[in-house]
Amino acid sequence: MIGVISYLVFFLILALIFSIAVLGLNLQWGYTGLFNAGVAGFIAVGAYTMAIMTGPSREAVMGGFELPFVVGLLGAMCTAGFAALVVGLITLRLKDEYLAVATFGIAVTIQLVCLNWEYVTGGTLGLISIPNPAKPLTDGPLAQNSVFLLIVVGVGGIAFWSLERIVQSPWGRMLKAIREDADAAASLGKSPTRIRLESFVLGCMLMGLSGALYVAFIGYVSPSDFLPIVTFQIWTMLIVGGSANNRGAVLGAIIVWGVWTSSGYVISKLVPTEIQAQGGAMQAVLIGLILVLMLLCRPRGLIGERMNVSRHARI
Amino acid sequence: MLLQHIADGVLSGAVVALGAIGLSFAMKILRFANFSHSELLTWGAYFALVFLGFTTAFSDFFGGNIGPLSFGWPLLIAMVLSAVATSVLALVLHALVFEKLGRGAGHMTMVFASFGIALLLRHVVVLIWGPNPIYYSNELQFAVLLPGNVRVMPDQVFLLGLTIVLVVSLHLFMTRSRAGIAMRGVSENPDLARVSGVNVDNVVRWVWVIGASMAAIAGVLYGLTVQLRPELGFGLILPLFAAAILGGAGSMYGAVIGGLVVGLSENLSVMIIPTTYKPAVPFLLILLILYFRPDGLFGERR
Repeated sequence: MIGVISYLVFFLILALIFSIAVLGLNLQWGYTGLFNAGVAGFIAVGAYTMAIMTGPSREAVMGGFELPFVVGLLGAMCTAGFAALVVGLITLRLKDEYLAVATFGIAVTIQLVCLNWEYVTGGTLGLISIPNPAKPLTDGPLAQNSVFLLIVVGVGGIAFWSLERIVQSPWGRMLKAIREDADAAASLGKSPTRIRLESFVLGCMLMGLSGALYVAFIGYVSPSDFLPIVTFQIWTMLIVGGSANNRGAVLGAIIVWGVWTSSGYVISKLVPTEIQAQGGAMQAVLIGLILVLMLLCRPRGLIGERMNVSRHARI
Repeated sequence: MLLQHIADGVLSGAVVALGAIGLSFAMKILRFANFSHSELLTWGAYFALVFLGFTTAFSDFFGGNIGPLSFGWPLLIAMVLSAVATSVLALVLHALVFEKLGRGAGHMTMVFASFGIALLLRHVVVLIWGPNPIYYSNELQFAVLLPGNVRVMPDQVFLLGLTIVLVVSLHLFMTRSRAGIAMRGVSENPDLARVSGVNVDNVVRWVWVIGASMAAIAGVLYGLTVQLRPELGFGLILPLFAAAILGGAGSMYGAVIGGLVVGLSENLSVMIIPTTYKPAVPFLLILLILYFRPDGLFGERR
C-alpha cells in the first residue's frame, strides 16, 4: 500500500511539473495561436539555470552560488523569458510556420550548447547534487516527496490561478482576438506583434519554471533530459486535454504522462532487455499515434475551449 | 584545406538541395511547413536497403560494381524502386492525414500533424531496422586525389553528377510537361488555376510524388556517402528548412542554391567555430535570412 502511495506521489509530482510547461504552451498556442516547436529548449534553459544558481560548487564548472530554491525558480523564469525575448524579437513578425521552424532550431541549438559548453553546463555529464528543497524539512523518501508535491501543487496552483485571471482580463481577450484575426485586431489599434511577444515570453517563462522544478526534484540535469521527444510529449498533453482551456492542459498532462509511464512499464516487462531501444521507440510511436488520431478525430481535445459570450448578449 | 571544405560543402549541399526541393514545393503549394518531409529521406534510404536485398540476388546478371564506384546496378535499381515506394508512402500519408486536415482545420494544424507523423515515422524505422547504423556496402573505397590536394570518393562524384541530372530533368518537367506547367500555375495562383481547368487535387498528388522521389534519392545518396541511421532525416530537418527558406518557398532553383549555400556554410563554419556547433549553422542561416529577406533570395514579395 505504501508502495502504491509512494508511486502515486512520485507520478503526480512529475505530471504536475509537466502540466506547468503545458500551461505555458497553452498560453502560446491555445490562446494566442503561436506554434512553439522548441518547448524542450526553454525547459532546458530553466533547468540549467536552477542547477547553476542553487547547486554546490564544482571543479572546473561555473557555479557554487547555493542560492535559495525560490531565487532559483525566479532566475529560471528570467533566463527562459530572456531566451524567448531574443527568439521572439526576430521571428514573431513573420508567418506562423517560420516561428515553428525557428523555435525548433533554438531547441536544437540549446541542446548543443548544453552538450558542449562544459564550463557552464558540465557537458555530457551534466550537473549533479542539486539540492531538493523538501530534504531539510523531512526525513524519509515518502515524506520528502509529499512535501515536494505540496510545493509543486503550490507553485502550479499559483501559475494556474494567474493564468485563469490573465486570460479573462482584457489582455487575455486581446490574445484571442489576435489568434482569430490579427488584421482586425490591428485595425482596432492593437499591436499584434507586441502582444504575441508578451504572450510568447510569458509562456516560455512557465516552461523555464517547469524545468527548474524538474531539476530540483530529480537532483541532477543532463542534456539527454531535453531531447525533442519532450516537446512532443508536452504538445500531446495539450492536444489531448484541449487547447485554450487551462483545466484541459492540466488534465492532458496527467493523462498523457500516465499513458507514457504505464506503457513504458508494460513494454519493459514484455520486451527483452537486448532490444530496449525498440521498446523506447514503441512508446514514441504510441505518443505520435495519440497526437495524430486526436487531431483527426477530436481536434478540440477532451475538454476544449468554452465559448466566452458576454452576459449581456442574447443568442 | 579551404578547397577541401568547399568540395565537402558542395557534396553535402547536393543532398540537402535534393531534399529541399520537395519541402519548398510543400511550403508553397501544399501551404504548410512539413516537418515530416525529412523522414521521407530516412524511409527512402531504408526502402532502398530492402530492395537492395532483392536486387543483389540477381547480381550475376547485373555484373559487379560500376567502374570505381562502391556499388553496381542493383543499388541504382533499388534507388528507383525506393523512390516509387516513398512516393506511395507520401500519398498514403496525404490521403489519411493531410488531405483531411487541410480541408477542415487551419494550416497550423497540418504543421502540427506533420510533427506527430515525423515522430511516428522515425520510431517505426527504429522498430523495424533497429537503432544502429547500417551501410549499403562494407567495401572500402579509396579517395581520388584532385588538383589542389582535394580528396573525394568516386561515390561522391556520382552523387554530384546525379543531382545535376535530376535538377535538369526536373527543370524540363516543370517547363515542358502539362503536369509541370499546371504545378507552376497552382503555385502562382490556385484559384486562377482551378477556373482555368487545372485539376488541383492531381497537382497536389504530383507535388507529393516529386517531393518524395527526390527525398528518397537524397536519402539513398546520404546513406551511400555517410551511413543509414534512424536519425538520418531528423538531423537534416534544419538544413532542409534553411535551404527551402533561403531559396524562397516554391522556387526549385532557389532550393538548389539554398542547399549549396547551406552545405558550404556548414563545412566552412568549422574554420571559425568548434565542429561540435556545426549543427547550429543552418539555424543561424534561417534567423539571418528571416530577418533580412523573409521571402528568401528568389521568392516573390507578398
